Amino acid sequence: MDFKLTEREELLRKTVREFAEKEITPRMDAMEETGEFPIELLKKMGDMGILGVITPPEYGGTGMGNLARIIALEELGRVCPAIPMALQVHHMATHAFSKFGNDEQKKKYLPPLAKGETMGAVAVTDPSGGSDVAGIKTSAKLDGDHYILNGRKCFITNSHFSDFWVVIARTGEGGRGLSAFIVEKGFPGAKPGRKENKVGLRGANTGELVFQNCPVPKTNLLGHEGEGMNIAISNIVETGRPGMASVALGILNAVLEQAVKFANERSLYGKPIAGLQAIQWHIADIYADLEISRLLVYRVGWMRDNNIRCDTESALAKQFACEAARRAAEKAIEIHGSYGIMKEYPVQRLLRDALVTIPAGGTGEIAKLVMARHALGMFK
Amino acid sequence: MMHIIVCLKPVPDPKHWSRLGLDPDTKTLIREGIPNVINPLDRKALEAALQLREEEGGEVITISMAPRSAMPTLREGLAMGANRSILLSDPAFAGSDALATSYIMATAIKKLGLYDLILCGDQTLDGGTSLVSAQIAEFLDIPNLMHVSAIEAKKSRVFHVRSQIEHGYMLVEIKPPMVLSVVKEINEPRYITFMNILEAEKKEIQIWSSQDLSLDEPWVGLKGSPSQMADVFMPEVKRAREILLGDPSEMTRTLAERLHRSEYC
Repeated sequence: MDFKLTEREELLRKTVREFAEKEITPRMDAMEETGEFPIELLKKMGDMGILGVITPPEYGGTGMGNLARIIALEELGRVCPAIPMALQVHHMATHAFSKFGNDEQKKKYLPPLAKGETMGAVAVTDPSGGSDVAGIKTSAKLDGDHYILNGRKCFITNSHFSDFWVVIARTGEGGRGLSAFIVEKGFPGAKPGRKENKVGLRGANTGELVFQNCPVPKTNLLGHEGEGMNIAISNIVETGRPGMASVALGILNAVLEQAVKFANERSLYGKPIAGLQAIQWHIADIYADLEISRLLVYRVGWMRDNNIRCDTESALAKQFACEAARRAAEKAIEIHGSYGIMKEYPVQRLLRDALVTIPAGGTGEIAKLVMARHALGMFK
Repeated sequence: MMHIIVCLKPVPDPKHWSRLGLDPDTKTLIREGIPNVINPLDRKALEAALQLREEEGGEVITISMAPRSAMPTLREGLAMGANRSILLSDPAFAGSDALATSYIMATAIKKLGLYDLILCGDQTLDGGTSLVSAQIAEFLDIPNLMHVSAIEAKKSRVFHVRSQIEHGYMLVEIKPPMVLSVVKEINEPRYITFMNILEAEKKEIQIWSSQDLSLDEPWVGLKGSPSQMADVFMPEVKRAREILLGDPSEMTRTLAERLHRSEYC
């Protein structure tokens, strides 16, 4: 086994880190305050290649792959986890087109997505819940050359900034009665609803989408009718969960940096608190959580790049890394003492950010079900 | 068509300087485990070269004298947009001072043959002698301008070069070939794009040894260096805290008086 990153991956990490520190850091206060995604950065990130990292070169991307994507999201997340949150959902849209789109749809939607000329989102969750995909009620009824969409989607990342959404809606009965549609922002009867006011990942926009008798051309059906469940699940497993895990990885990096910095600088009893065992145990726990999460998340990237199915590994990486980020952020706050709950110190934000990663992109409980089903089948 | 050579030096990443040490025996920096970056002003020199190439066409070649472990840093230069790289690497070069380095670099530049501009950073983060650009120019017998904050290509192969001086700048009209060393203000280097990282993998890094350059041996390495490090030490910085008491105007006066006497300088 070779755990060493290539020269290419190291350079990619370095360049994304530099970009994040220079371009994102100055915008973070405003993002926290307003809860708005800095949309002016989208084109810059497109020019750099971050948005097209998993888009095939023939459609304007670099096709560098999933591990490269994870490293890029991790580095952005180290500085500001809200940014990779938004981008990972953007990547979910590109993945949906790359994997299920016809050539015409790929040509139309993928190049602008890769360049950052447009922003995308995937809308699965109905108000009735996100985990119950088969229970989706948002409907799409065929009427001549159009499907007529009715319903609401909620907790949709990039809801208000996206130019189009990949919407999962009901065209028939049961799990096989779901289909995926490309709904453009300008379609009559389609509009973003309320904007959510989240406690963490504030710079990633989350909100509702509302469809009222919205006509969607038949040509905007993604994949085949009845393929919606497959598209939703494949998107979540192959792109969404590794993406969320990468956001958590970014948080873990930042948590360790903040905790170590504080432990070395803060003096108690005349010495830095880093010398105290109680603090060292916390630091060791945070370090272990980061390293284990990184191994798990990178493995998923490697498996995806080698076309190895990774449903269980993806669920494990997502569940573990997001919980680890929460756990580590809490420990970092403990290290900081009262400073940890002051807004001037980033650790409180990192905890809020970590909390948001847990239900996003498939809850921890659902991920555990996936793992349990796999484990229970191992020794039958 | 312009032929531009940029001297790139890999230096320890300043973000990790707290981990740098000094070896009292070899009188050199202990760099183990500290990642390299392109010397920041050399990166600006490369950016200036790339901008000139975009305007005028031509080729940008980077040239570095470093151990082979510096290859990733050279690749970074290629990913920024340089056409190709030359790495001057040989155990015999170890311990070279600014003069020996300049001799080796100038010899390599002569071997390359065609050059209009040679761009360097005004100084490096690690050595900081600011001597190499001037000495390269001397070895090549061409003009040198330092502290350059703007380069503009004019018609008929003439350049307008702005060079910073103490209370202003000089605007110099100059014809190539020449060596220019740039300052911080010249530009903001571009970000490396993912596409350029892929492109850089296809570009060539040539490695030249002492033999490839037919160097005059007494001029290279530690033995060929007229300046030798007499001693290296970490300055001991002591901080003392003193709390002034009294009413605000009295405290302010005391502070001002002490500052005036440079007690705190």
